[in-house]
Amino acid sequence: MTEPTGWTIHEARARLDGGEISAAELTDALLARIARVEGDIHAFNTVTEDLAKAQARAADARIAQRDVHPLTGIGIALKDNMATEGVETNCSSRILKGYRPPYDGTVPARLKADGAVTLGKTNLDEFAMGSSTENSAFGATRNPWDRARAPGGSSGGSAAAVAADLCLGALGSDTGGSIRQPASLCGVVGLKPTYGRVSRYGLVAFASSLDQIGPLTKDVEDAALLLSAISGRDPLDSTSSARPVPDFLATLKDGVAGLTVGVPAEYFVEGADPEVLAAVRAGVDALAAAGAKVTEVSLPHTAYAVACYYLVATAEASSNLSRYDGVRYGHRAQGAKDLLEMYMASREGGFGTEVKRRIMLGTYALSAGYYDAYYRKAQQVRTLILRDFQAAFESVDVLVTPTSPTGAFPIGERTADPLKMYLSDIFTISVNLAGLPAISVPCGLDGAGCPVGMQVIGRAFDEATVLRTAWAFEQATDHHKAKPSL
Amino acid sequence: MEYEAVIGLEVHCQLATRSKIFCGCATTFGQPPNSQTCPICLGHPGVLPVLNRQAVAYTIRAGLATHGVIQSSSVFARKHYFYPDLPKGYQISQYDKPIIDGGYVEIVTDAGPKRIGLTRIHMEEDAGKNLHEGLESVSHVDLNRAGVPLIEIVSEPDLRTSDEAVAYLKKLRDIVVYLGVCDGNMEEGNLRCDANVSLRPKGQEAFGTKVEMKNMNSFRFLKAAVEYEMKRQAQVLDRGGTVIQETRLWDTKRGVTESMRSKEEAHDYRYMPEPDLLPVVVDPAWVEAVRNEMPELPDAKRERFVASYGLSEYDAEVLTASQALADFFEKSVAAFDGDPKLTCNWVMGELMARLNQDGTSIEACPLTPEQLAGLVGAIHGGTISGKIAKTVFGHLYGSNKTAEQVIEAEGLVQVSDTGAIDAIIAEVISAHPNEAADYRGGKDKLLGFFVGQVMKQTQGKANPKLVNERLRAMLSA
Repeated sequence: MTEPTGWTIHEARARLDGGEISAAELTDALLARIARVEGDIHAFNTVTEDLAKAQARAADARIAQRDVHPLTGIGIALKDNMATEGVETNCSSRILKGYRPPYDGTVPARLKADGAVTLGKTNLDEFAMGSSTENSAFGATRNPWDRARAPGGSSGGSAAAVAADLCLGALGSDTGGSIRQPASLCGVVGLKPTYGRVSRYGLVAFASSLDQIGPLTKDVEDAALLLSAISGRDPLDSTSSARPVPDFLATLKDGVAGLTVGVPAEYFVEGADPEVLAAVRAGVDALAAAGAKVTEVSLPHTAYAVACYYLVATAEASSNLSRYDGVRYGHRAQGAKDLLEMYMASREGGFGTEVKRRIMLGTYALSAGYYDAYYRKAQQVRTLILRDFQAAFESVDVLVTPTSPTGAFPIGERTADPLKMYLSDIFTISVNLAGLPAISVPCGLDGAGCPVGMQVIGRAFDEATVLRTAWAFEQATDHHKAKPSL
Repeated sequence: MEYEAVIGLEVHCQLATRSKIFCGCATTFGQPPNSQTCPICLGHPGVLPVLNRQAVAYTIRAGLATHGVIQSSSVFARKHYFYPDLPKGYQISQYDKPIIDGGYVEIVTDAGPKRIGLTRIHMEEDAGKNLHEGLESVSHVDLNRAGVPLIEIVSEPDLRTSDEAVAYLKKLRDIVVYLGVCDGNMEEGNLRCDANVSLRPKGQEAFGTKVEMKNMNSFRFLKAAVEYEMKRQAQVLDRGGTVIQETRLWDTKRGVTESMRSKEEAHDYRYMPEPDLLPVVVDPAWVEAVRNEMPELPDAKRERFVASYGLSEYDAEVLTASQALADFFEKSVAAFDGDPKLTCNWVMGELMARLNQDGTSIEACPLTPEQLAGLVGAIHGGTISGKIAKTVFGHLYGSNKTAEQVIEAEGLVQVSDTGAIDAIIAEVISAHPNEAADYRGGKDKLLGFFVGQVMKQTQGKANPKLVNERLRAMLSA
């Protein structure tokens, strides 16, 4: 039998309900593994051991009374940009070091209500800005497959925690690929839901029109299960959708026979690692073998996505990060002579390099005289990118692409070259600009023995078909079963 | 040179909603600092705004009352600047797509009525307050007011004098208070006003350079500040100088405006659409629902009072100056509708005088509209004379009796019995033979003397009309 820490959520559910193991035992096993492995990985900013144990005891009481939700007693890790009442939420930034929110965000509150065990808060690129989790004020997270390499980012802590069996599942946030790219680089499943599917209340904002919380899990069924738990209208988030949430598990295993898979030509280009492209092509073949019809499509505005994204996202970020001013909470510089100096010194000392770079870019894009040329133009390009997808989805049900152009890269390799780092998200960014759902599933290993991910993109609010396609692929292959040796 | 002023006002009204515009916190004035705050209005990481629909309904009300066009879709925007009383580092406001477009209000000037155009009305959140008093080397921040809903009403540059500016602001205040959307209390800051003032040589079409003035917290200060600024700009121009485009602050204590910041130092607010809120969609059904629950406005009410009660323009104007006074009048007329003009005279005359004397408001009036209706009915029906009515009024005011009960208890019923009056007249004539003879000899003025004598005998209760009639007949006999 596999170690309990290696179980999927649905495996653990069956064993918890069958009385094979208690939530307390399962939680202890996870905490013990964290204690053993965390020093090498640094997936967590905070491990909430006492809270997890108390939640596990409460979960056992519920299980005894058969008051069970799919997540009752399941050990989950939360990216450290989700507000958790009384538990430090610092976004891996010095400016929020020691900050304990006075409230729970909607997603953490839903997990708690379902009886989940929250193990801790995972590391990220500061304020979710980055693709490697190296931009953390509290040290980089290491890829469990090769500790000299980065886990991707910005949800690198969550992806590494799932890959290293430090939790059964985790939540991340995805603004330009921050769930899917680290999932790809760590060999786990990562799903970005449709914009509006999951409440953003309590998610510390990076780029409000792009951010979305989603699951990182060991298999596709777990992703469906975790997505079900967090989806749906929230009166506290005006941008959350009132559309009914379908039963993702009910259609999960329907197969891909009759589905049409589109392969966008613009995503299979030079510049991407040939091993990555080969693995994804093999994945497309596997879907065809499972009964899907495959056809080539075009998304002609793909080339503008990165430029468009770095205007929209930085503009919104420059606005969202205005509240960190040293006045009400977080880091305040000491010894300032006046208000202006206090502001400047607090922000200078509180933010890291990449965050400052993006605040400056965004401030510039919104400035009087530049707004039309940059921000407004970017919004127009965004519309064109969305129309590309809408046109493609008239003839296909899902699109399949690589998740990231390369596998895991060595720590330090790209930190000196921000543009090179930005290109890590070249295949994921368009999806956020268009607000669509997409999943990354493991589809093989590269020459360095590190995982490669395949991305499945769906129509708006059609996570069900995305999950169904990903599940069918998973059944046809064994890639998701590969584990790093730790 | 002779100049003409061009003035436009930007008026901020705090909406009288119970909760804030983007969270559930209360909006009560004067509570302990930061007692009416939550993670949302404190701008904690991760929070999101949710729009208060009542604030939108109130804004639509203000738009309808000022003849604006209610936009079916409007957009909130972020206005960025750093200040400790602004928790998020931006104010959620509306920028290029406000909820109300255009409109006007009418003011009365010496030259007659004048329409003042409105550019727009938009919604936004208020900021908190920095506290400095009694503190050394630190300031405190009170965020109770942060997130209180505001509307900003922007006028066209249609005002030409300080008096027009004051008349316009008073009219706006009347409207929003009448509508129940704003308390209109300038001292508590729930009505605030900025003014844009420029001068141009009389007869010139093109506008001069404008100066924005802030911090005029009363009608008096608005008038004084506009006049000061007109004088200051005229002096600059007369010396051959140019007016600098800038923002100036009115110094209440010294009675002058002082430069606050120049155009070059003006903030770049970096407006952007608020991504956390959807566009505000107002469908025609919502507009109609708001229209249906709107109170009648002073102008419409005034016209109706003239048309349906036969009142003069002046009377109607006075009665409709306050909703409560107009309501009192209408309730009284509803209880006795035989003589609305007489009811009006009593409300504006005896009742207002007594309320003023007691320092009581019409809202707390110790006389009910029904009591007054009984009194007016008794006068109109000839039961009592106007003079006796004043005595009855004195008994009614503050009591729970009806006019009928007072008249009967005090024996104040008017004597209209010809027999009884004739007997008294005969008595009076025989008691004053000389005067009677003089009257008959042509001294008509003596009739008043005889009326006085008869009224004295009847303690004022005799019907004066009848007394006159009978006296003339019996003296001539």
